[in-house]
Amino acid sequence: MSDVIDRENYSDEYLLDILKNNRVVAMVGASPNWNRPSSFAMKYLQSKGYRVIPVNPVALGQEILGEKVYANLKEIPVKVDIVDIFRRSEAVPPIVDDAIAIGAKVVWMQLGVRHDEAAAKAERAGLKVVMNRCMKIEFGRLSGELSWSGINSGIISSKRRKLIA
Amino acid sequence: MTKRNDAYGFETRAIHAGAQPDPVTGARNTPIYQTNAYVFDDVDHAASLFNLQTFGYIYTRLTNPTVAVLEERVANLEGGRGAVACATGHASQLLALFSLMQPGDEFISSRYLYGGSITQFVHTFKKFGWHVHLVDPHDPENFRRALTPKCKAIFGEQLTNPGGVVIDLEAIAKIAHEAGIPFIVDNTIGSPYLSQPLAWGADIVTHSMTKFLGGHGTSMGGIVVESGKFDWGQNDKFPTMTQPDPAYHGLTFYETFGDFGYTMKTRAVGLRDLGPSLSPLNAFMILTGIESLPVRMERHVSNAQKIADYLEGHPAVAWVSYAGLKSSRYYELAKKYLPKGAGSVFTFGVKGGYEAGVRVVENVQIFSHLANVGDTRSLILHPASTTHRQLTDEQRATAGAGPDVVRLSIGLETVEDLIRDLDQALAIALRRGKKAAE
Repeated sequence: MSDVIDRENYSDEYLLDILKNNRVVAMVGASPNWNRPSSFAMKYLQSKGYRVIPVNPVALGQEILGEKVYANLKEIPVKVDIVDIFRRSEAVPPIVDDAIAIGAKVVWMQLGVRHDEAAAKAERAGLKVVMNRCMKIEFGRLSGELSWSGINSGIISSKRRKLIA
Repeated sequence: MTKRNDAYGFETRAIHAGAQPDPVTGARNTPIYQTNAYVFDDVDHAASLFNLQTFGYIYTRLTNPTVAVLEERVANLEGGRGAVACATGHASQLLALFSLMQPGDEFISSRYLYGGSITQFVHTFKKFGWHVHLVDPHDPENFRRALTPKCKAIFGEQLTNPGGVVIDLEAIAKIAHEAGIPFIVDNTIGSPYLSQPLAWGADIVTHSMTKFLGGHGTSMGGIVVESGKFDWGQNDKFPTMTQPDPAYHGLTFYETFGDFGYTMKTRAVGLRDLGPSLSPLNAFMILTGIESLPVRMERHVSNAQKIADYLEGHPAVAWVSYAGLKSSRYYELAKKYLPKGAGSVFTFGVKGGYEAGVRVVENVQIFSHLANVGDTRSLILHPASTTHRQLTDEQRATAGAGPDVVRLSIGLETVEDLIRDLDQALAIALRRGKKAAE
């Protein structure tokens, strides 16, 4: 069991590396309902230049925010960088297996989603893992936008703030 | 091995947290964004902002870039997750509870409170259908004994005004958490430099930033800070956090925003609909004050200690209530919760009662006789005839504002000057008292 990554406290450097160096996100559990957290995250990430591909067997055949919905990761025809999981923790292991199979670089589990065993498996396969964090919130925090709502970013810097390019 | 974030000391964070040079101009200090509104990129951008789908500015009643820096600054210094700034300390109490309470709900509060809080809790909150139970915090179990199924929060003031009561944060937090409700602490008199309630289990902290945070007696302000650690979903007591909000198309704040859901709710509903917003200029003034909070508080405490020591031996003084004195019943608790010092607001009793108290406050030459605390200037007040005047005799007594009580807020002047000022005023009170008795 890998203890190299502290699963409670990811450093800003670790998260920035993931957010800056990846572009295609497969969002597993993306909801077609516009007012759900996954929809908020998808819309935000799209506005920041990420390509977000929704995966949700329940919404198969639909389009969410202009993207065709796939039934599972293996059916996505393009290379996926990050697998972003908006599902219950119990549902994570098969998703991680698929993420490894399709050659994704990162498994990102959203708020409240955590599976230490699946995380360790992904790390052993060479993937980076983030658990119990929201991609939108972390992007917002590190780019300074979350601070606009009075949230403590934890960042101390004398450099001009710029959005993650 | 992943690198850990660097940890920064309080002094560094008091200057830098929340602020970075302006991206466009490079301006180092935080600009005063004295603007009411902000342009949208297009209608879609506008809609995303209104629906809370993206971060950004719409209208200064809700968010403002200068105020945002202050919110992050105070959240950081308190060790919190997020904060909502507002117009006054009174407003911070209203907003903190508005996100939790429905008509018919109750809350428990320490009865040792600033007089304005007592009036607000007992009289005005009744109009919303909120009912407060006031208890004696000296025995924390009193909070447990007062619990009812409709209680949604426990509230306490640390280093109370004027009584200087130090409350047992850890014990009260435990009781609140066993009941599944948050513990809110007014940390105004300590400031985060001396007192860190969130570190002891409190869930929410409020301030009148008007006092020590601003520090110079210039700008009114209030703030609500959350720890981000309270689980709003642990029971069904907080539908405002865990149920769909009709004002946001059925958005559930705790689900969507997680550990800063309470901050978002307080801003997006409380601040938005009640409107006690902080002006950008006031936010700037308070930010400037906070930069020197550490050095100011150190001097406030060292001056206060010297003055309390001097008063304790004074013939015209019946008693001194300052937790930095070994004679204080709060001395040990203060060592635990306020290790850097027991603040600089304390009371003493003048021999000669009400009349003597009035004479002292009217005869000082350097101390300013006014209703405020936490200024660079030393302040003096006779609570019985002013801030606590609207209470009953019993409420005054329990709040530590009896007829002979004089409250001091020790400032940053040369301490020898302050001592000489009190000395001459006390001499006048003593002399006139003797004359009146003849």
